Amino acid sequence: MIRFEDVSVTYDGATEPTVRGIDFAVPEGELVLLAGPSGVGKSTVLGAVSGLVPHFTGGTLSGRVTVAGRDTRTHKPRELADVVGTVGQDPLSHFVTDTVEDELAYGMESLGLPPDVMRRRVEETLDLLGLSDLRSRPIATLSGGQQQRVAIGSVLTPHPEVLVLDEPTSALDPAAAEEVLAVLQRLVHDLGTTVLMAEHRLERVIQYADQVVLLPAPGEPPLLGPPAEVMAVSPVYPPVVDLGRLAGWSPLPLTIRDARRRAAPLRDRLADREIPDRTPPAAPAASRPAPPALRPAPSRRWRRGKRVETPAAASPYAAEVRSLAVRRDRVQALRHVDLTVSPGETVALMGRNGAGKSTLLSALVGLVEPSSGSVRTGGAVPHRTAPRDLVRRVGLIPQEPRDLLYADTVAAECQAADRDAEAPPGTCRTLLTDLLPGVTDDTHPRDLSEGQRLTLALSVVLTARPPLLLLDEPTRGLDYAAKARLAGVLRSLAAEGHAIVLATHDVELTAELAHRVVLLAEGEVIADGPAADVVVASPSFAPQVAKVLAPRKWLTVAQVREALA
Amino acid sequence: MPRNGQPAQPTGNGAAQAPRPAGGRGALHPGAWWLWALALGTAATRTTNPLLLALLIAVSAYVVVTRRPHAPWSRSYGAFVKLALAVLLIRLLFTTVLGSPIPGTHTLVTLPEVPLPDWAQGIRLGGRVTAEGLAFTLYDAMKLATLLICVGAANALANPSRLLKSLPGALYEMGVAVVVALTFAPHLIADIQRLRAARRLRGRPDRGVRGLLQVGLPVLEGALERSVALAAAMDARGYGRTADVPAAVRRTTAALTLTGLLGVCAGTYGLLTAAGGTYGVPVLVAGVAAALGGLWLGGRRTVRTRYRPDRWDARAWLVTASGAAVAALLFLAAARDPAALHPGVVPLVAPSLPLWPAAAVLIGLLPAFVTPTPETAVKEPS
Repeated sequence: MIRFEDVSVTYDGATEPTVRGIDFAVPEGELVLLAGPSGVGKSTVLGAVSGLVPHFTGGTLSGRVTVAGRDTRTHKPRELADVVGTVGQDPLSHFVTDTVEDELAYGMESLGLPPDVMRRRVEETLDLLGLSDLRSRPIATLSGGQQQRVAIGSVLTPHPEVLVLDEPTSALDPAAAEEVLAVLQRLVHDLGTTVLMAEHRLERVIQYADQVVLLPAPGEPPLLGPPAEVMAVSPVYPPVVDLGRLAGWSPLPLTIRDARRRAAPLRDRLADREIPDRTPPAAPAASRPAPPALRPAPSRRWRRGKRVETPAAASPYAAEVRSLAVRRDRVQALRHVDLTVSPGETVALMGRNGAGKSTLLSALVGLVEPSSGSVRTGGAVPHRTAPRDLVRRVGLIPQEPRDLLYADTVAAECQAADRDAEAPPGTCRTLLTDLLPGVTDDTHPRDLSEGQRLTLALSVVLTARPPLLLLDEPTRGLDYAAKARLAGVLRSLAAEGHAIVLATHDVELTAELAHRVVLLAEGEVIADGPAADVVVASPSFAPQVAKVLAPRKWLTVAQVREALA
Repeated sequence: MPRNGQPAQPTGNGAAQAPRPAGGRGALHPGAWWLWALALGTAATRTTNPLLLALLIAVSAYVVVTRRPHAPWSRSYGAFVKLALAVLLIRLLFTTVLGSPIPGTHTLVTLPEVPLPDWAQGIRLGGRVTAEGLAFTLYDAMKLATLLICVGAANALANPSRLLKSLPGALYEMGVAVVVALTFAPHLIADIQRLRAARRLRGRPDRGVRGLLQVGLPVLEGALERSVALAAAMDARGYGRTADVPAAVRRTTAALTLTGLLGVCAGTYGLLTAAGGTYGVPVLVAGVAAALGGLWLGGRRTVRTRYRPDRWDARAWLVTASGAAVAALLFLAAARDPAALHPGVVPLVAPSLPLWPAAAVLIGLLPAFVTPTPETAVKEPS
C-alpha cells in the first residue's frame, strides 16, 4: 500500500540528508509503528507519505514513494487527499472549520462527494468514534482526547486507504489514549485501513502494532520487522520490554499479559527482596534554598491598603493550599482542594485532561486568583506578590517551555534570566552547562530539540533558586533518553531540598520520580498518598512494572534491577 | 428531540423548549439574522427620539439575550455595547470641550475659554456648555450607538462562518480565507494571554503596555507557525482541488467577468453623470448580468459540494419580515409625523414616546418567539 524505494530527503540549507536509504513497504491493512529516538526524521518519513514532503516543506527527495500506486512526485498532497488521511502532532492546527460536524464534512466537501453520501458518512463516523453527542459543539470547547478523535474522524470521512498519524496519544491522559487507540484498532480490523504512525510512548501502542519500522539513529537506514524482534535491538523501548530484557525472556513480551505469564519465576525471586525505599531524605535545613524576605508591596496595590505582608512564621511546607476553590469562565475548575508539599518532596498531580491540574499549578504561582480558600508558597500569597519576588519562591515550567523563552540566542536568554532573578552574571549559563553540556551560546532556542528546550527553560527558572518547582506536563514530546535525563535532574534537585510538583499523564515518569501522588477529578482531590499505594490501586495509572509484578508494589525496572543486584 | 437539520416547526412553546444546537443545524439562516438586525439599524437612522432609540436597543438586546447561542463568536455583543457607550461618551466630551452650534439658554457650566489664534477661527475651546447642546449631541450619538448595537446583535446571533458558507462556489476560497482569519483571532488572543502569563513566571511585570509589546514577536512567530501548519493540513485534506474545465469555458468565464465589471463601472458612471441618463441603467443591468454569469461559470471549476447548507425557511422569512416591517413603519412615521420622531431641543422639552411608532418597534421582538431556543452551554475545561 505504501512503498518507499531508497528514499532520502535533504532539506534546503542542510548539509546532510535528514533521512537516508529508507526502503520498506507497508502491506494493506496493517498497523505499522514508526519508532526511534527524537530527531531521527520520523515526521519527515510520515510527511513523505502524504506528499507534504517535499511539495509543501521544500527540500529534495530522491528515490520514490508510492501510495496506492500513486507516485508522490507527480501527485500533490491535495491529489492524494482521497487515499491518504494525515493527522499532525497538534490537532488544533488541523481544524479548518469551527464545529465538529462541519469539520467531519470538510474533507468530503473538498473532494466533491454528493450530499447524501456526505450525510451518511458523517453519521457513520460520529458513531464509529463516539462523537454523536458532540456533533454541534464548537471544537474549541472540546477536551484534548475529543479533539484528537475529531481530527482522526475528519480524515476518515473521505474513506482513505491509508491513515498517517504523528504522535496521536502524546498529549492525552491514559484513558483518552486508550479511547483513540481503540478506534485505530477498530479501523484496522473492521475497515482494513492501513495505518502508519509515529509515537514516543511505546508502552501505549506497541501491543497494537503488526510491524515496527525502527529508525535507530539519524541518517541510518530503517529496520523493519515484527515488534518483538525489533524491540530486542531498539534503543527505545517501553518498561515491559526493559523488564523482559532484564529477566532474559525470549521472545520479548510486549503486553502486560505476555509478561505476567512469564513473570512467575521472577516474582518468586523477588518475593523475599525488599523494595528499595523512596521516601525523601529529610534535607538538612541549612542546605535548603530559603525564601528571601519580602519587599514592601508594590505601590499599585494601594487599594488593598498599605498592609505590608507580615512574613509568616517560617512554614514547614514549601507550599500550602487550604480549601482552595477556583472558578474560571463560569466553570468550577477547583473545589475544596487541600495540599501541602514539604521541601525535598516530589508530588505528581494526575487525572484526566481538564481535571484541574494546570489550574492548581497556576494558582500556586498566582496566575489565577482563588475564589475562596488560601494558597501560600514559602510564606507568600502568590497572586499578591510582585513577579520579581515570586520567582525566588516558586518557579513554573509551562506545558510549552518555549513560552518562557524570548531571546534569540541561548546566551542572551541566560543573561536575561540572571537579570530577572537578580542573580550574579553567569548563574544561568553554569546551570545550563551542568544540566545539558554541549549547547553553544549562539544557538537559537527554537532550533533546540524538545528536551533541550525544556532543560533551557528549567535552567532559566532555577536561576532564581526557587524552593518550589512546578512542571506542567514535562515529558510531552520527549523520547526515553531525554526523559531519563530529566528524571535524573529532577531527582538531584529534590535531593538538594527543592520541593517539586509535576502535573503529568506519564505514569512511568510518576513511578520513576514521585514520592506522593495526588489524583484529581473534576477539580477535587480524590486520592493523596504515597506513590506506590495510589498508582497501584488504579488500573489506568499503574505503571507497567507494577501490573506485571502485582500484588507487590514494584514500580520501576530500576527498582527491580537494584533489588536483584 | 427533533432530528437536527429538519426545519423545526415554529409551533410556539412546545418546539421552543427542545434543546437545539448552538448555531448549528436547525438554527436560523444567518442571513436572516443579519437582515433583521440591519433593518432595525436602518429604522434607528430615521429617528432621534431617545425613547424610541432606547426601545430599539431593548428589543435587540432582548432577542440577543434569549436567542444567543453559547458559542465563542456570540460573546462579541458585549464588545459592541462597550463600543457604543464609548461613542456616546466621546461625542458628549467633544461637545463639552469644543462647544456646540446649537443655540441654548440653559447654561449648565461655563468652562474657561482658551483664546485661539486667528487661523483657528471657528474653533472654540471651552466656554459655555448648554443643556440644549448636550441633549442634541446625546440624541444624535444615540442614533449611531443604536446602529452599532444592532450590528453587534447580528454578530452575536449569526455564526459568521455559516454565513460565509452561503457564498457562491466561485467565491468559496475567499470565504475559507475569511473563516480561517476569524478562527485565527481567538487563537491570537489566547496566545497573548498565555505569553503574558509566562512573563510573570520570568519575574517580569505581566501587566502594562510594555508587557504587551515584548510578547509581540513570540506571538507573531507562533501565529505564523500555526498558519503554516494549517496550510499543510488543508492541502493534505484536498483544499484547492480543481476540476478540469475546457479552455473555451475558462476563456468565456474570464471574458464575462471582465466585461461585466467594465459594464458595472460604465453604467454607474452613466447614472451619476447628467449626460448618461439614457444608457446608464441598461449598461449597468447588462454588466451585473455578465458578472453573475462569470461567477456562475467560474463555480464550475471547483469540484466542491456543500454539506447540509442552511435552508431559507419560513422562520427566516418571518424574522426578515419583522425587521423590514419595523424599518418600513418608522420610515412612514418619519414622513407623516417628523416632530414626534425628532424631538426638539430648542426650546428644551422632555421627549415623549409616540405610541404607534413604539408599537411598530415592538414588532422586532418577533424573532424571540419564532426561532428555536439555543442549547444551554456545556463547556468542558480543556
